Amino acid sequence: MSEKLSRDALAQLVARDIKPGSYVNLGIGQPTLVSNYLTPEQEVTLHTENGMLGMGPEAHGDQIDEDLINAGKIPVTELPGASYFHHADSFAMMRGGHLDVCVLGAFQVSATGDLANWHTGAPDAIPAVGGAMDLATGAKDVYVMMSLFTKDGRSKLVPECSYPLTGVGCVTRVYTNEAVFLISSEGVRVRETFGTTVEELQAKMDVKLLPPL
Amino acid sequence: MLTIAATAQEAVAGVHDGATVLIGGFGNAGQPMELIDALLQGGATDLTVVNNNAGQADAGLALLIKERRVRKIICSFPRQSDSWHFDAAYRAGEIELELVPQGNLAERIRAAGAGIGGFFTPTGYGTMLAEGKETRVIDGRGYVLESPIHADFALIKALKADKVGNLVYRKTARNFGPIMAAAAKQAIVQVSEIVETGQIDPEAVITPGIYVDTVVRIEPPASGPAAPSSTEHEVNQ
Repeated sequence: MSEKLSRDALAQLVARDIKPGSYVNLGIGQPTLVSNYLTPEQEVTLHTENGMLGMGPEAHGDQIDEDLINAGKIPVTELPGASYFHHADSFAMMRGGHLDVCVLGAFQVSATGDLANWHTGAPDAIPAVGGAMDLATGAKDVYVMMSLFTKDGRSKLVPECSYPLTGVGCVTRVYTNEAVFLISSEGVRVRETFGTTVEELQAKMDVKLLPPL
Repeated sequence: MLTIAATAQEAVAGVHDGATVLIGGFGNAGQPMELIDALLQGGATDLTVVNNNAGQADAGLALLIKERRVRKIICSFPRQSDSWHFDAAYRAGEIELELVPQGNLAERIRAAGAGIGGFFTPTGYGTMLAEGKETRVIDGRGYVLESPIHADFALIKALKADKVGNLVYRKTARNFGPIMAAAAKQAIVQVSEIVETGQIDPEAVITPGIYVDTVVRIEPPASGPAAPSSTEHEVNQ
């Protein structure tokens, strides 16, 4: 592809890659955009950590109900087939490996799939972790969506995370505006690039990149 | 034996200084606002509070923290755009924070109610939230030993109770309610409606009355969501 991907185009790509019939948890922020591009034919069921499967789109107007919110505390709707359960069940579902995919944002991902997305480590920051560690550890596949480089041009896909970890060796795919990376025991493989080449990326990254198959 | 309190003040009158109090709710959904307000008026202090968050805006738990009645909070997500009372207390060193990943928080509460002495969980393994904790590798995967969170009281909100304390909840307002009711020595529940025993379908009971000690009916707001939902629930039965 000849151009870097916009946030929406990236969300569309992630949505397209989710297998039909999957149970999926979308993290707060950029991953939430993915729900805009899931098609009814995919029959994907969305999980929200605060105790619901079958979450529908954001609620508007008369649909707003303060007892029906998502993990970001935004009012949402319920779809036919929805179910409610308490918090321990919701996280057992996650930890027990029943969710097929979760999509999370990240500050950094390491070449071995370590994830850092909850804390910058700044000494004056008030830490808040929420369900990030549970999601990272529990879902069968953890996809990360992020921009590949920081504003000052440093890669966020790194040999080793410098920020505090959320989970160890948990990320399987990294979707970025410049490329999609697959992380496995063989290393970090580029699946595809957008408006750049593997060689150009390698020149700006410390992680050793394997070429697309 | 279930106590049906006449007012929220009466329901929380037994909460003493130094108590550990589980407070239900995720954001405002399921937050027992009137019970928390009554706790604020009642004056109990030096509390340890367990909640997913650390109060929002100028209501409920946020006001307990503002008044410095909470010595310690155990939660997963204290920092939000409107958690200014917690932020101020924390930066002033006037509240102790125990930060727990949300699923570990829920499971620690569940474990207390279920008589579990501790459990190994993969969540948090290899992170700074596991520092100082016992770890074990089981079948090649790392786990962290976590302990139950017992409490003196639980303050929760349900949709409806009968006169033996069976509870039903509403949508995502259920969240921590069932596990908190089981984990506390005394579970105090605010509901929108108290019905005669036998009027809740036994198949629909979410929290059996064995876990519930006190209920109080709080008139739902006229335009609130609770009124239509109770009709909805009866139709579903």
